[in-house]
Amino acid sequence: MRRLDALSAIYDDLADSIVVTIMGAVAAELQSLGHRPNHFYLQHAMGLASSIGLGIALCRPELDVVVLDGDGSVLMNMGGLTTMGRYRPKNLTHVIFDNESLLSVGGFPTATSTGTDLAGVAAAAGVPRTATVTDVDTFKAAFLEAQASDELTSVLARVDAHYEAPSDTKGFVTALGLLENRFQFARHLQDLADG
Amino acid sequence: MPVSVDSSRVIYDALRANGVGLVSALPETWLVHLIRMAEDDEEMILVRLAKEEEGVGVSAGAHFAGTKSAMLMQNHGFLASVNGIVSCSQLFRIPLLMLISDRGSFGEPDPWQTEGGLVTEHVLDALRIPYDRLDAHEHCEHRVAKALTLAYASNRPVALLLGRDLMWEDA
Repeated sequence: MRRLDALSAIYDDLADSIVVTIMGAVAAELQSLGHRPNHFYLQHAMGLASSIGLGIALCRPELDVVVLDGDGSVLMNMGGLTTMGRYRPKNLTHVIFDNESLLSVGGFPTATSTGTDLAGVAAAAGVPRTATVTDVDTFKAAFLEAQASDELTSVLARVDAHYEAPSDTKGFVTALGLLENRFQFARHLQDLADG
Repeated sequence: MPVSVDSSRVIYDALRANGVGLVSALPETWLVHLIRMAEDDEEMILVRLAKEEEGVGVSAGAHFAGTKSAMLMQNHGFLASVNGIVSCSQLFRIPLLMLISDRGSFGEPDPWQTEGGLVTEHVLDALRIPYDRLDAHEHCEHRVAKALTLAYASNRPVALLLGRDLMWEDA
């Protein structure tokens, strides 16, 4: 499955969620589908997207929080899975796009290419629901189930190690400034709190 | 254990008085009472971490959510968090309050703590993180307040170093 097709399949379902992504292809492709003020793209600090999602989910239980993570990032913060598994916020859905590589820095293979199963790691870390999917239809179904469920879920989506920069993106650099995104996102969460 | 309960209470009360609603922590000896106080406080969200750098992300999430937070950690935990501090808090201009136990200073009996103590303030300086010390009860409330004020005005991390004279009763 192509990650862009997977993102397209759930794009409408992210409209009312709080979305935190990793850097690189995930951030660029989601922006190519259309940036919204409820998206935050963590363009660095690899591993911490899930920790940011956890912090939001714990502080704002009324919000639906989605983290769009990757195998390379999860591998850099595997301990974070145990923290997520420990507090298991019901309002958090954790998607791991696994392309078995560090795509944005040359495509070098990660440990998932030689057998590390991050859904298995998440389950063993205490994440109460996990799913592994390999095509777009089952991805969308698993994502919607996870969003609707009242348990923390990690959805491992196996995707191709493929990236083609969207037309308005140079490499992985999009037109949206990091700080513009950050302050807009914070203001959006504040506006939701203010009703 | 001669970690000061009284001083831990003064620090904890300063965090609460200044509106801190989430604390992330990795235990170390000097922090045990502070962590228990957070655990016993129903209005405090306590996030026990596997490694300190996660706390930088958790605090960023808390900030986006509108909750003031603090990280409780040893100076070695601060050293383990440096990339997160630089590429999350500083790159994205996110206020962050770090309470760092300043192990390895004069009076340190544990040989394994001594290298971290030598570099902590230098690393804070290199990262251009403003910091102050908490060495006495009368420092706590106003220095916590001032640290948070600067963190929010500058949208940057700030640190308070918890000193031996405050945290350890037979120092």
